[in-house]
Amino acid sequence: MSTNNKGEVVKVSGPLVVARGLAGARMYEMVRVGEAKLFGEIIEIRGDEYSIQVYEETEGIGPGQPVFRTGEALSVELGPGLIRSIYDGVQRPLDKIAAQYGEYIVRGAESPSLDRSMIWKFEPVAKIGDHVTAGDILGTVRETKLVVHKILVPNGVEGTVKKISSVEGNVDTVIAVIETDKGPRELTMVQRWPVRQPRPVAKKLPPLEPLTTGQRVLDMFFPMTKGGTACVPGPFGSGKTVVQHQLAKWANANIVVYVGCGERGNEMTDVLMEFPELKDPESGEPLMERTVLIANTSNMPVAAREASVFTGITIAEYFRDMGYSVALMADSTSRWAEAMREMSGRLEEMPGEEGYPAYLGTRIASFYERSGNVICMGSDKRNGTLSLIGAVSPPGGDFSEPVVQATLRVVKVFWGLDDKLAFARHFPAINWLTSYSLYQEVVDKYANDHYNPKWSEVRRRAMAILQREAELEELVRLVGMDALPADDRLLMQAAKMIREDFLHQNAFDELDTYTSMVKQFHLLSTILHYYDEVRPALQKGVPLSKLLTLPVLEEISKAKLIPENKLEQFDELRNKVSEQVKALLA
Amino acid sequence: MVTKEYRTVKEIIGPLMLIEGVEGITYGELTDIRLDDGTMRRGRVLEVHKDKAVVQVFEGTSGLAPQGVTVKFLGKGVELGVSGDILGRVFDGFGRPIDDGPPIIPEKWLNINGNPMNPYSRDYPNEFIQTGISTIDLLNPLVRGQKLPFFSGSGLPHSRMAAQVARQARVLKTGEKFAVIFATMGITFEEAEFFINDFRRTGALERAVLFINLADDPAIERIAVPRMALTVAEFLAYEKDMHVLVILTDLTNYCEALREISAARKEVPGRRGYPGYLYTDLSTIYERAGRIKGKMGSITQLPVLTMPEDDKTHPIPDLTGYITEGQIILSRSLHAQGIYPPVDVLPSLSRLKDKGIGVGKTREDHANVMNQLYAAYARGKNAKELAVVLGESALSEIDLLYVKFADAFEDRFIRQGEDENRSIEDSLRIGWELLGLLPKSELKRVRPEFIEKYYPENK
Repeated sequence: MSTNNKGEVVKVSGPLVVARGLAGARMYEMVRVGEAKLFGEIIEIRGDEYSIQVYEETEGIGPGQPVFRTGEALSVELGPGLIRSIYDGVQRPLDKIAAQYGEYIVRGAESPSLDRSMIWKFEPVAKIGDHVTAGDILGTVRETKLVVHKILVPNGVEGTVKKISSVEGNVDTVIAVIETDKGPRELTMVQRWPVRQPRPVAKKLPPLEPLTTGQRVLDMFFPMTKGGTACVPGPFGSGKTVVQHQLAKWANANIVVYVGCGERGNEMTDVLMEFPELKDPESGEPLMERTVLIANTSNMPVAAREASVFTGITIAEYFRDMGYSVALMADSTSRWAEAMREMSGRLEEMPGEEGYPAYLGTRIASFYERSGNVICMGSDKRNGTLSLIGAVSPPGGDFSEPVVQATLRVVKVFWGLDDKLAFARHFPAINWLTSYSLYQEVVDKYANDHYNPKWSEVRRRAMAILQREAELEELVRLVGMDALPADDRLLMQAAKMIREDFLHQNAFDELDTYTSMVKQFHLLSTILHYYDEVRPALQKGVPLSKLLTLPVLEEISKAKLIPENKLEQFDELRNKVSEQVKALLA
Repeated sequence: MVTKEYRTVKEIIGPLMLIEGVEGITYGELTDIRLDDGTMRRGRVLEVHKDKAVVQVFEGTSGLAPQGVTVKFLGKGVELGVSGDILGRVFDGFGRPIDDGPPIIPEKWLNINGNPMNPYSRDYPNEFIQTGISTIDLLNPLVRGQKLPFFSGSGLPHSRMAAQVARQARVLKTGEKFAVIFATMGITFEEAEFFINDFRRTGALERAVLFINLADDPAIERIAVPRMALTVAEFLAYEKDMHVLVILTDLTNYCEALREISAARKEVPGRRGYPGYLYTDLSTIYERAGRIKGKMGSITQLPVLTMPEDDKTHPIPDLTGYITEGQIILSRSLHAQGIYPPVDVLPSLSRLKDKGIGVGKTREDHANVMNQLYAAYARGKNAKELAVVLGESALSEIDLLYVKFADAFEDRFIRQGEDENRSIEDSLRIGWELLGLLPKSELKRVRPEFIEKYYPENK
């Protein structure tokens, strides 16, 4: 078979370019298009015609211009220097691009993904004479205060360590030589990986541990796990992005990859300005020290938006392979799906629902399936997790549309945002009646063992009260609150307290923005304690109005602001409830 | 580059022309189209396949005959000549002066599509803009670099509001250069006259640039109008250090033009026949608002769109809401009650509100007053609804106070004159007067020290 390194453009239609004469080129191979050398990727081959999606504006490209092959699929560079970076959808470092090319992203802009001027200190773990296989740890580099970057034996390499030593240099520095079947192989701190191909693992396991987020409604009622999948759908203005930002800030993962996919430029600026200021609740170090940002805003080329999600997840998998817990947030997967729809339309494919390609569901599923709790490659059988949380922006807030539905078929946690709650300024506006988590049992078990044996009971009772409130509310709307029986009024009171004093959480308040699991339990059980105390008192004849206006209620409403290091105040609070009820009985 | 001329138009479909036998043509190229009677039109290459090019004709194709047209490819994209002298001028939708003034001598030619701003180079919008309208300034504050659309409906006074904002908008610092760029897409002659006269009458024209595309102007030209306007805005903001307010009206007409082209190209439609790339296309307009690190100027956008059937879930407002940083929604029922400006306070939102207010920007109590007014009005509206179902006698005493508050709020706070330019202090003062209708114990969202300081005691 003859192969060509250079072909020529025959057709241009927006981000789609068709070229001829690229014999030998494979699906998803990267090419450079036109004299401007725009980045593109082959997405369809028909005979000698190659359809290319181009990641940059194609103005000025026309038939007859050259197309150059690169021989490689769209790949990312993996190595020290990823953390604290901000990349576009095809892993171009936006800070370097800005320094080199100015405030606007010009076409053909290029800069190495990993900064070659950064000097790293490599400390070997493997020793000369060790037999190593793919995934084994060769050594470590301290990348940031929070992250020790483990340099792994790349996939496909196996042999005996011939040379390895402590060395300082940039990522291209040779750190080890491995004697393989095919002769000696020099390894550096950097490796490349094609983004559309999942990185291999030794074994996949079911998720077992909660991914705590410090967000009460999520951790208590709809918990997420390390290695799990979740989606956050909601109409505009319901606070999707705030929820995603909160997760990126407070999730107890070692590494966070945040993909801003087709969203607002100013929001990325917000993240860029805020994250270096915010401190990780466990280590006290800036959150940026564990974060990788991918920003492909809505006005940046649509094809690169399609790629951004894969770029993000490949970087996330790489850190998972080191044995870390990694969380990836994608905001928003709808924009990603729309990018697919746009390319599909240009390819003149038969559309499925609402113009989306028929393979929409498969693509979404294969993205979420890259999550998991895994035994990593490598002989030490270390454990790594990758959790995926995708925001979905359904048109008109209609959850029956294809992207939400395709997502719900694969994710295990559904955090449904509700604009009615948002209008009532109840944040996070997660609807507790429609949301669900299929990890409930796993997390209940873990929480009973680790936080409090009564965790699952408290959670179940609180949820039952909220469900009952929803039923009673129908009635109240018809006949008014006063017509309810007294014990139902108490239940309504308890439900209101759960909503206002527990579920409602202010992301912009320094104290309220994050709540530890133990404090969440205290807070909710204090509210239930009140309910448990007043019900028998009512039976014994204490007037309802007294119980509804117990002075301690004021304090319970402020209990969410009790500092994490003074949790004993909850015991005092519960005692106070008992005393005040007792006083009424006397 | 050699320019190439062809007389080989084969097909004319809607706003599109297919030209065969072309060579060396590139995507996005600008074309001059000469009719045999000597008149000129302009077009842009939308697709090129081997020796065939699809050209979109900005002025529309009516009256064109395939045999009677010469198409000249200019070898460059659609560009606009800009200069500092552009202020005070009125142009048509394609950037040609229509105010009887001299032609612009360009300092620079700029491609109207611009380039996407590097998110890393953006500076966060956080400077308050005072529009003089209480419902915006106090409840949905606008900041420099924000994009905040008006979601309106047909028959509502969005034009008058937009003109009022254009007249009154200023930043609280002095000595800054301010400019307004006003671009219309498919509005009526009367509306356009209203704006031009209003700008003349108030002297605002001196610091304004107008791009006028009327309802009877070619629909396809509307594709270019917002991009022309934003190209001028970028030039003034980042090269002339000005703070530019861009008002675009009416985006609904823009989207319809886009749909027309999409249909003519037989593309697979998304929702309601709009193309699947409507979101991406709108974002290339809206995302041109912003600030750049290290530059003096800024671009703030106030796009206006009319929601078909007042439906917020229609694709145009829906996709807009996903890109812009909030929305100001106009209410038909307030308008029917004769209240101007009829801002529907509860569903309106400025996402950047927290960034531009408070000590040193507006006033210390701004955020508290905003939340309290909002909460109290929401409660008052609820109580009113309840009263409709159960009768006013079913309301508690305190709820009756809230009803009174809601009525007063609409009458004194929302309502204001078209020439009434309220400072933020004025708006806050009215806000406090209204809060004075409620007992202090109800003001749970205001810090005690602010109640102490501002609560009106003399009643």
